[in-house]
Amino acid sequence: MGEGLDETAVIQLDGLTVKLGKREILHDLRGTLRGRTIGLLGPNGAGKSTMIQTLLGFCPPSAGTATIFGHDIRKQARELRSMVGYMPENDAFIADMTAVGFVRLMGELSGLPPGAALERAHEVLFYVGLGEARYRTLGTYSLGMKQLAKLAQAMVHGPRLVILDEPTNGLDPPARQRMIRLIREMRDTGKVNLVVCSHLLRDVEETCEEVLILKAGRIVHYSNLEEERKANKRFVELETVGDDTGFAEALTNKGCECVRAGAGRLKMVVPLEFEMREIYVLAAERDLQLRRLNYRRDTLEDIFLKAMEQPQAAGAK
Amino acid sequence: MAVYKRTYVGYEGALTPSWSRFLVLPRYSYARLAQSRIVTTFRNVALIYPLALIVFVYLCNNLSVLTDLGIPAGQFLKVDSSTFLYYCWIQGGFAYILTAFVGPSLVSPDLVNNALPLYLCRPFSRAEYVLGKMSVLIGLLSAITWIPGLIVFAVQASLAGWDWTMSNWWIAGALFVGLMIWVIVLSLIALAISAWVKWKIAAGALLLGIFIAGAGFGTAINQIVRTDYGTLINLPSVMYTIWSHLFGQIPDNGISVEAAWGCIFVVSAACLWLLTRKVRAFEVVK
Repeated sequence: MGEGLDETAVIQLDGLTVKLGKREILHDLRGTLRGRTIGLLGPNGAGKSTMIQTLLGFCPPSAGTATIFGHDIRKQARELRSMVGYMPENDAFIADMTAVGFVRLMGELSGLPPGAALERAHEVLFYVGLGEARYRTLGTYSLGMKQLAKLAQAMVHGPRLVILDEPTNGLDPPARQRMIRLIREMRDTGKVNLVVCSHLLRDVEETCEEVLILKAGRIVHYSNLEEERKANKRFVELETVGDDTGFAEALTNKGCECVRAGAGRLKMVVPLEFEMREIYVLAAERDLQLRRLNYRRDTLEDIFLKAMEQPQAAGAK
Repeated sequence: MAVYKRTYVGYEGALTPSWSRFLVLPRYSYARLAQSRIVTTFRNVALIYPLALIVFVYLCNNLSVLTDLGIPAGQFLKVDSSTFLYYCWIQGGFAYILTAFVGPSLVSPDLVNNALPLYLCRPFSRAEYVLGKMSVLIGLLSAITWIPGLIVFAVQASLAGWDWTMSNWWIAGALFVGLMIWVIVLSLIALAISAWVKWKIAAGALLLGIFIAGAGFGTAINQIVRTDYGTLINLPSVMYTIWSHLFGQIPDNGISVEAAWGCIFVVSAACLWLLTRKVRAFEVVK
């Protein structure tokens, strides 16, 4: 990076370095993130939470800077915070307040007039699924409900960017599914960008378009999952039963690159313009049974494990 | 507008001015405090003395009423700076007890429940947070200290006439300044204790203990070292020195006005430092 302000960037890291005490937690982070949902991955102690806290202005950078929607975190922290919603990792609430009172208070602190804050508090609590429980005090909520209340307070003021720190922490499978569904719904509205910080690869894989992997305070990998998913669709594994004579040649004639991987098994790379329907047509012509058709899937776990082996920092572009 | 909206919508309406956002905190706190019977009862009890003083002021200016009732009206019935100094002493005491009820619940619940990141991730600074929490106590204590005090002064001024008002207007200033300083000092001490002692009962007890123990230790130091400077750790006594000075009286506790002001300044600065150490969005664990 370092090539100036990028108008389309959601987050731009420009040599961001953070020290807590004498210890350097983040080292010269550089990159530009543009995705609708950005995943922040890394093992414990990688600096994910510190990066979020720095973006929110809680930790001052010791060198470099970062921008969110073009707003410098050093110089425009206040403007920036009005555009950002934050859902912290740990329990964070006011126990003796009702959910609607709590979310309304957070809305008013973000600058909403009392009437609008109350209206939006009701709306977001219904949106996250706490509509029926909104007059209960937060101290009586279950862990899953508290997570949803934290999500509600993060979006009450209609931010452009919502930062979710371990949003599925401690949730049971149904509650986790509900949280993932909410994150996807928010993403799909196209009105908000999300940063999902998690150590659960599946959560990030299910919700994010871009992934930034941190290790020991450095960026070790940047991956555009959307692009990778598209690219992976070109790698197909086939398993057939029957006489497959000429099947591989027919596919090759259609532009595919085929390699036999044992009896009745084919691995192939299909061209971009190739219609998958053609495989079924060619198989039907030869009275060939297709037992299995897989797209090769380079899972996020593969990407993550590869990244953990890398010693060098990699910037996100 | 329908409440039930199952989609994410941004907010594009008007925003409140950023300078006024700290006032959101006292508004919510007052709503909560209004539900507390103890606080409401005590606040009402604290207004009995100003009401009694208004009656006293009326009688002082209408001695004929007493004569008609057959009560001898002596020379002791007069309203002057010592009347208001005594008022400060009484109402300052009430303010101190009310602070012990209210103060501990201001910051500690936010720290216990880790709510500070939620406040500070918004366009809302640490200074605004402290100011907002302080305003809760400042508003509440003002309502039982200098506001009724100025009402008493206004009643006296209206009954005693223009000449008395012109020669004693400084009493109103001394009343406001003296009690406001006490209110601010109490607020800072209460917030600092609330930030460091998370258990509300312990914080309230500590607040009461600081003053009682301070008076005890101060007297002990004075006796052992044969000095008057032990009084400097007795905050009510320090405040009495300042009030006496403001009301043109000579304090009898042996400490100078300069030392008293210095003590108040040091205590306030220490409380602010303690607050800045605790009011943070995150804690660095060494």
